[in-house]
Amino acid sequence: MNEFEEDEEIVIWHLCLYIAGRTTKSVDAISNLKKLCEESLKDRYRIEIIDLLERPHFAESEQIVATPTLIRKLPEPIRKIIGDLSNKEKVLLGLEIKPIEK
Amino acid sequence: MAEITTNLLSQLEKCPTGIVGFDEISGGGLPLGRVCLLSGYAGTGKSLFGIEFIVHGIEQFGEHGVFISFEESATELTTNVASLGFDLKEHQAQGRLKIIQVELPNIMVETGEYDLKALFIRLNFAVQAVGAKRVVLDGIENLFSAFSDLSILRTEFRRLVNWLKEQNLTAIITTERGRYELSRHGLEEYIADCVIALDLRIERQLATRRIRIVKYRGSAHGGDEYPFVLDSTGFVVMPITSAGLFYEVSNEKVTSGIESLDELLAGGYYRGSSILVSGTSGTGKSSIAAHMTNASCRDGKRTLYVAMEESPQQIERNMRSIGINLAQWREAGLLLFHATRPTANGLEKHLASITNIITQFKPDVVVIDPISAFDVGVNEETVKLMLIRVVDLFKNKGITVIFNSLTVGGDAEERTSVGLSSLVDVWLLLRNFEFGGERNRALYVCKARGIAHSNQVREFILSDSGIRLENIILDEKGNILTGSARILRETQIIGAETIQKSDIQRRADAIKKKRELLEAQIAIMRAEFEDKELAIEAELERERLRIQATGVALNELANRRNLATIEKPL
Repeated sequence: MNEFEEDEEIVIWHLCLYIAGRTTKSVDAISNLKKLCEESLKDRYRIEIIDLLERPHFAESEQIVATPTLIRKLPEPIRKIIGDLSNKEKVLLGLEIKPIEK
Repeated sequence: MAEITTNLLSQLEKCPTGIVGFDEISGGGLPLGRVCLLSGYAGTGKSLFGIEFIVHGIEQFGEHGVFISFEESATELTTNVASLGFDLKEHQAQGRLKIIQVELPNIMVETGEYDLKALFIRLNFAVQAVGAKRVVLDGIENLFSAFSDLSILRTEFRRLVNWLKEQNLTAIITTERGRYELSRHGLEEYIADCVIALDLRIERQLATRRIRIVKYRGSAHGGDEYPFVLDSTGFVVMPITSAGLFYEVSNEKVTSGIESLDELLAGGYYRGSSILVSGTSGTGKSSIAAHMTNASCRDGKRTLYVAMEESPQQIERNMRSIGINLAQWREAGLLLFHATRPTANGLEKHLASITNIITQFKPDVVVIDPISAFDVGVNEETVKLMLIRVVDLFKNKGITVIFNSLTVGGDAEERTSVGLSSLVDVWLLLRNFEFGGERNRALYVCKARGIAHSNQVREFILSDSGIRLENIILDEKGNILTGSARILRETQIIGAETIQKSDIQRRADAIKKKRELLEAQIAIMRAEFEDKELAIEAELERERLRIQATGVALNELANRRNLATIEKPL
């Protein structure tokens, strides 16, 4: 049974991407994330990008160790993955997104 | 202490850790502004070493710190060290300490390239927040286990070490020991400045801990192992080594508290020397130590009395009976008793406690009563090694130490425990003498390095006014007389002397009388002689007068006859 397909409710995914400054890695991650979300989540998502160099306290509060780190805040439960998101399969697996091609 | 090593180590600037004994074995502490790798299996005390480094930094050296743990939770750590007197909560509240707990999930989904910049950001943030000078990263192997890309990790680790150095932070990174290497991931390669290894062994049912400086930049030393313990005050290293025999020697003499013993030793013991008092049970060893304690306290010096068999109260009571009041010194804070049972702990634990107390109390004299208590159930070689280190420790600190040692009687009397007699400077042997139905004591100076001492045995007398050493008396056969036999002999000798004296006196008197007599006779003879002289003179005078008169008469006659004077032959 596909838990993530909406029947009655529309779940808006809230994804936070934590980066450490604008580097090639983080820029890649951002574009990879946008692409992936468009493909798999259509309009049911909200991306937040937090630069830890500008707001370092988040690193502590969110227990970030590696960058980039992507945290799925909603829907619960929270899921955390790291890396520049170039491996699409791993991202989908880690975030537990089932591709919507059905 | 090996001065050669210290000289090399002292070329680097040091960051003192404040950990008891460690700064001594490292020539002042960790290398300043560098990174040190601390390796050891679980439970060897790495985290404690790290937190003490930070806390002492705050409390003793005014340097704030950051403790990043990849292991224990912060609250657990705070609770665990609270019993040691470290108030981590307070330090955090006052902005001197930042504790960071890094949570690492079991499974990390890696979707591509990444780095550990966030960790750096957190570290930097914390360091800036408290103005830290010291950093500890505890349990770094957990960080490595969490991520699968080892090459990334190694790169980041190298960057971390460089970053710490750039920030001029003195840092300790603790890691679990690898099976064949000091760390599971070959981290030693990246840390060239300082590597320390902690070890925990179980020998004969007793846990022995060792710390070893494996690598120390600027030093050529191969890394001695030093014993340490984790006790109620925390991490205690015993800075004693059998390698170094370089220490300052004193020519100053300290009194033993016993006048006659000082005479035997040409003034007393050298300050900082070690004295062994051995003897069978009940020979009075403790009393010798008590005299020294008394004398030293009277001088205002501090004494530590390590009591292993009798309680301090018992010792005080016993010494009172020979006229020594130890309670007054204890109350004045000059005498500290440390009572402990030898079997309660391993040797190192004992040594650690003593080292600790010495560091805080700073005594000039230490009494260990008795040292033979350690013989119980421990390997002799280990004990000897430990004793060498103990003697070295005291020598380094210039502490005069008295060891009491119980020996079994008979031939074995002079074989003290583990050849301690060869390690000490002065060896006093107490023996019992049985003679004439009595058992008395004698003291013999078996050895006294650097002191011209008599090789004579002295009788050791214990009374309510303390110890007294008496010259021994020999009887006609050359046997030593002690106790009543000696008193008798002394009396005899005195008696004989008295008789001799009066004899001489008598003769002197007799001669005097003779002289007086002679002089009286001479006086009489002289008087008689004078009388005779006078008589003869008178006679002569009369003759002269008569001749004169005769001559005058004849002349008269001649004149009357008017004839020529006829000279008549007279």
